[in-house]
This record gives sequence, structure tokens and C-alpha cells, in this order.
Amino acid sequence: MIGINVYLALIAIATLLSMYRVFRGPTTVDRLVAVDIMTTITTGLMVLFALYYKRMIFLDVALVYAVLAFGGVIAFARYMEGGL
Amino acid sequence: MNVLAAVGEILVLIGTFFYFLSALGLIRMPDVYNRMQTSTKSATLGSLGVMVGVGLWALGSDFGSVAWLTKTIVIAVFLLLTNPISAHTLIRAAYKSGIPLWEGSVVDKYAEHLMSKTEKSEIVEEEGDAE
Repeated sequence: MIGINVYLALIAIATLLSMYRVFRGPTTVDRLVAVDIMTTITTGLMVLFALYYKRMIFLDVALVYAVLAFGGVIAFARYMEGGL
Repeated sequence: MNVLAAVGEILVLIGTFFYFLSALGLIRMPDVYNRMQTSTKSATLGSLGVMVGVGLWALGSDFGSVAWLTKTIVIAVFLLLTNPISAHTLIRAAYKSGIPLWEGSVVDKYAEHLMSKTEKSEIVEEEGDAE
């Protein structure tokens, strides 16, 4: 269980890198793409935290988070397209 | 640590490495289409690795049960189904809101598709006028 710290650090680095694109990105869709990737990475982070704290209830949190993030990204994309 | 935990840990390592690669592609690539191309694919693969790996790892640990593997596989299948949909919708919104392609891009199939559709409709309209 020691190696899990390394994986959490890798995920933290990945989240920071995509955060750079959120702040820097020249267009709105660039930021949306970065947020989409960040939500996917955060779902993996929640699943890893469930293993870290040995609580199975955190997996349900990850599932609900994935569903809500999908709905949010779809809504933003429809809004960008002008159809909402 | 038994075999299941070892296999799960290797899968989690591969998954987090692909997460890192997707974030790297988000920074390195020149325009929004290339960024979406690299980051979505590798993030989906990384999610599969992390979810299934955590399920196997918990199954091999002393506190784990089969419910861990079931729930993680449910999350993995959901992400596998919805990630391409959100990527496709976002990138179509980007194209329709007029973001230009990178100057190094050599082919634009969607523009050709739209062009052929308009040409067909024009031909149909001309035939209708002739009649």
C-alpha cells in the first residue's frame, strides 16, 4: 500500500498540468476540454481514495460525480453550439 | 500481497501514467482539435486501468470483497461509454463556433462533407427549377 502515494502524486501532477490549460487556453472550448479531462482524472482520484481509506462508499461518490460531470459537459457544449 | 493485488497495482500504475500522458498532451498540442484527440483517448484508457486495477487490488487485500470489483467495473463501463460522447459534442461545438484548424493540419473531412451536402442540395434545386 506504499505505492499508492506515488500514484496519487502522478494524478496530482496531471491535474495541475490540465489546470494550466484551463487558465491559459486561448478559446473557451480549450478551457472546456481541459475541464472535461480534469473531471475524468478526478473520478480516478476518487476511486483511488476509496482504496486509500478502505471505504467502499467512496466508489458511489465517484459514480455520481462521473454522471454529473457528463451532464455538465454536454450542457456546456450545447450552449457553445447555440442550441440549448 | 498476493497475485491479485500485484496485478491490480500494475494496472493502477499504467492507468495513472496514461492520465499523466493525457495532461501532457493537453499542454503540448497546438490547437483544440489535437488537444481533444490526444487527451480524451489516453484519459479513457487510463480510467479503465485505474478502475479495474483498484477493483483487483481491493479484491486481493484483506478488507476487499467482490463488490469492489463490481462497482469499479460499473464506473469503468460508464466512463467508456460517455467520454467519447462528450468529446464529440465538445469538438463539434468548437467547429461550429468557428475556431480555425492549426496551420499544419492537412485534411478537413468535415468541411468536405458539408461542402458535398450543399452541392447536392444545389443540384437538386436546379433540377427542380428545370422541371
